[in-house]
Amino acid sequence: MLDLLKMPVLSVQEFFVLSGRAIRNVTRRPHYVDDIILQMDTIGVGSLPIVILTGFFSGAVMALQLTKALMTYGAVGKTGELVAITLVREMGPVLTALMVAGRNSSGMASEIGSMKVTEQIDAMRALGTDPTQKLVTPRLIATAIVLPLLTIIADFLGLVGGFMIAYFLLKMTPAQYWNSAWQALEYSDLFQGLIKPFAFAFVIALVGCHYGMQTTGGTQGVGRSTTRAMVVASVWIFVLDFFITRFFVGV
Amino acid sequence: MVEQARPPALRFDNVTVRFEETAALDRASLEIAEGDSCVILGAAASGKTVLLKTALGLIRPDEGRVYVFGVDITDLPERELQAIRSRIGMVFQEGGLFDSLTIEENVAYPLLNQPGARYSPEEVRRRVEEALRFVELEHTLEKFPSELSGGMRRRVGIARAVVTEPDLLLYDSPTAGLDPITAYTIMALILKERDTRRATTVIVTQRYQDGVWLSDFRYNPSSGRLEPASGDGDMAGPRTRFFVFREGRVVFEGTRAELEACRDAYVAKFVRR
Repeated sequence: MLDLLKMPVLSVQEFFVLSGRAIRNVTRRPHYVDDIILQMDTIGVGSLPIVILTGFFSGAVMALQLTKALMTYGAVGKTGELVAITLVREMGPVLTALMVAGRNSSGMASEIGSMKVTEQIDAMRALGTDPTQKLVTPRLIATAIVLPLLTIIADFLGLVGGFMIAYFLLKMTPAQYWNSAWQALEYSDLFQGLIKPFAFAFVIALVGCHYGMQTTGGTQGVGRSTTRAMVVASVWIFVLDFFITRFFVGV
Repeated sequence: MVEQARPPALRFDNVTVRFEETAALDRASLEIAEGDSCVILGAAASGKTVLLKTALGLIRPDEGRVYVFGVDITDLPERELQAIRSRIGMVFQEGGLFDSLTIEENVAYPLLNQPGARYSPEEVRRRVEEALRFVELEHTLEKFPSELSGGMRRRVGIARAVVTEPDLLLYDSPTAGLDPITAYTIMALILKERDTRRATTVIVTQRYQDGVWLSDFRYNPSSGRLEPASGDGDMAGPRTRFFVFREGRVVFEGTRAELEACRDAYVAKFVRR
């Protein structure tokens, strides 16, 4: 029984030790700037297509779904407002984070996991470099910079998606849609919408790297880590999202 | 000749390393003086690789203490260990190369990434080429490790280990699974590195022949070949100690002559050719 509990507790402890080290390394030399830029390219530029597509279609779907409800109250003119608020506060950050978690948490876990099982992590340490500094910290910094940017792009394309529906199907004028969308947003919405991806970036990078570093048991182990990293990162994004939202929305 | 009182390059003091319940190293003690060669023989799973990893601080001992260049590394924090590790060259059994980097990037890795390493790009390039020329693989700069054969990968591993000119070199089964000719090439490189730079050399192996090369031969820089070490003075190779490990314990320690005279059945098994 105790052994059953020991494993998860140890894993959580390892996770926090790794996180602590990775975050502390942010201010410490040496800084592997090349690795940060490379990771920003894979995570940021690499995720652009799916972020654009999910952003656009989630905005469009939202506009479609809301129309039904808004029509009951004769408030179809509020489409822009509702799309803007749900997108900027909630859908943009969460959907983008889930997409990036699916792509990059698993990617990090499999990349680092393969290095772990082929002794490359040991080689790295043997050559006098710190794998946390070389592998984890650049991924953390890159994700923390890139995810808020991706979220902004997703938010914007979501609004464009909503506009397409409003313009072509609901026959609203561009001014009607964009004005109501623009006026609906307050600074607190933007702040909430940007602090979320920043927090999710830590989940994505650290969970991915943690499962990579924990990998044992050859190729099969790499597969296991990859799946776990993606599942755990996704679940924690939802959990964290709840708590951040709870903090901003005082009931 | 009066020996200078220098700390041993590597010293294990009653070191025990446990994985779960089994002890990979069991109260192992050994000492390797600077400039010496050391051959560690043992069957599979006798704790040889664990010994090297413990020497690097990759594995922390459960009991006992480990000294490298006189520094007690047993409880040293990871960051300070890095400074010690940059003075040690380690060649992993399968080479341990980074498979997503080219050969050039692999060999340049310690020069570019070790904390405190400051080399200009020209200097890095020069040293990488020099190290690859040393292992006679200067034409593979742009290749990836997967494009090379097992023996070549190990040679790249050696190039990467020697590029920083470390004072202590650790080789993990450098000839395991190689044909005799390739194995000879690898051993010749190890001797060449040892005899041109007088680096302390530790080699872990299952093959007694590797130990014979190390103890009885030397690299002749003028002919570029290995030749029997004989007598004393310039022609004598460095002092070579043999250790035999069995299930994590040191069961024999001594010179080659003592090893061949040893009557213990387990030890004698390795000497048989």
